[in-house]
Amino acid sequence: MSRTARIFAGLFVGLIFIAALFPSLLAPGDPLAVNPSEAFQTPSLQHPFGTDESGRDVYTRVVHGTADSLTIGLAATALGMGIAILLGVMTAFGPRWIDSMILRLLEVLYAIPALLMALLIIAFTGPGTTPAIIAVGLSTAPGYSRLIRTHLRTLVNSEMFDAATVLGHSRWHKIRNHLIPNTLSTLLALITLGIGQAVIWASALSFLGLGTPPPAPEWGAMLANGRTYLHFAWWLTVFPGAAIVTIAAGATLLGRTATRSRI
Amino acid sequence: MRMASWLARRVGAAAFLLWVVATVIFIAIRMIPGDPAEAIMGGPGSQASAEALETAREQYHLNEPILVQYVLYLGQLITGDLGTSYAQQRPVAQIMAEMLPATLQLTLISLAIAWLIAFLMAAIAARSSRLGQAMGTVIEVVAAAVPHFWLGAMLIIIFSTWLGWLPAVDTGTVQGIILPALTLAIPLAGFLAQLMRDSLVTAMSSPFALAARARGASEGQVFFRHGFRHAALPALNLTGWAVATSISGAVVVEEVFARPGLGRSLLGAVLSRDMPMVTGIALFSALIYMVVMLLVEAVEAIINPAAARGHDV
Repeated sequence: MSRTARIFAGLFVGLIFIAALFPSLLAPGDPLAVNPSEAFQTPSLQHPFGTDESGRDVYTRVVHGTADSLTIGLAATALGMGIAILLGVMTAFGPRWIDSMILRLLEVLYAIPALLMALLIIAFTGPGTTPAIIAVGLSTAPGYSRLIRTHLRTLVNSEMFDAATVLGHSRWHKIRNHLIPNTLSTLLALITLGIGQAVIWASALSFLGLGTPPPAPEWGAMLANGRTYLHFAWWLTVFPGAAIVTIAAGATLLGRTATRSRI
Repeated sequence: MRMASWLARRVGAAAFLLWVVATVIFIAIRMIPGDPAEAIMGGPGSQASAEALETAREQYHLNEPILVQYVLYLGQLITGDLGTSYAQQRPVAQIMAEMLPATLQLTLISLAIAWLIAFLMAAIAARSSRLGQAMGTVIEVVAAAVPHFWLGAMLIIIFSTWLGWLPAVDTGTVQGIILPALTLAIPLAGFLAQLMRDSLVTAMSSPFALAARARGASEGQVFFRHGFRHAALPALNLTGWAVATSISGAVVVEEVFARPGLGRSLLGAVLSRDMPMVTGIALFSALIYMVVMLLVEAVEAIINPAAARGHDV
């Protein structure tokens, strides 16, 4: 990563973290404060992103929504990654029949696109924030599993590993000194990419009325709400959506840069 | 002969996959706590009448032992009987047959638009300056990262609310399909353009392009005869994937533009927990995926026999 890119990336991550952990520093107001006399204000100096149908300040809601949207994205990625790491380790180190069985399973899961699988899961659990996290986590797991399996397989079959075997190092030594250091950076890049995707999937579910319900300032829920007034109150849709795209594109670029500089 | 055994293996794998999907759904319905008949009817909140529950029990053979239920369920699926939708009280297969043309039309039009945009972008980027290429990359990344639900809403704001050129709701007219098709096409075009540009640049600077130039072929001939052909193969795979997952892709877009279709029917079925409908569309989607990916593999084998035998080209 070049110096400028690193500074930009640092600023970006810093801003997101402040918005998520201390939203009041950036937007001191109350995201749920209703003020009917100020409904549907166009963006102005006082309300940079305008106000919604109950007069709530959209800027305050977008900033305070960072924590909700990001937590859902993080939790879903953690779930998907956790399953993927488990499956990846089992395929890379387990007996051959486990590897081929898990591969078959993954092949089956590929035939069901992520959104369709998320919808299927919610058909059984019913809508809500937790079901959305589970749905996004489970539906992204197959993709990660294949990537992690390929990565671990390449390492296990590498000359570095052969050399360690020839030198008589124990299995644990190989895992600790070769496998884990060489896997952590790849995992970190994958997780960064994954969070961006998970935020998009979770917002899509909320947008469809299957995830976090209103009036929570979660971005997808705000978009779902803004749809009703799309023909005149464009700001209700433009700004929460821009926040989603910024996080997703930012995470994608960060993850890609990290992948390129590591591998 | 080799072709036949390849096909048999593939069809076997497809059948296995459909069986797994059907079995998982069968088990999942019975794992929901409470009465499976109630789950089929939309959960405890649906307050289904005693008679309706009895009909569901009858239709799904819920009074029989679980293994008998399973065999009967698979038998029904094999004969194409997907059950009756509870929300609409009509056969699921019939509703799906009515909805399929709309989704197919949307998918095909959006694919054509995506190819057009991607081809133009890749052709321009492959022959422009460094700055132009960098800008092209940014446009491609952003286009590929924008989620359908927001892109659709933005297109409505710009072309319907502000400019007033196109309707925001799909009215079934020619104008009505432009925005939904664009919404599906733009992100796909972003991915396609990235793929095509990479292989175009490689192909245009490869030994066979140099050889063609040495034979006196014009730059245009090299581009179409060698470069474009080289770029089409990875793009074909991605296109196949887009068709294979079209029902999933249509969910959001059909919902945003209030356009009837399989995707919107699936969303409605999930919201009302109409399990026969959800099962039917999910199985059909898996079937399409298998068939389309099979076709893609066959076409790839025809275009490039070496790659199909596992050799890297």
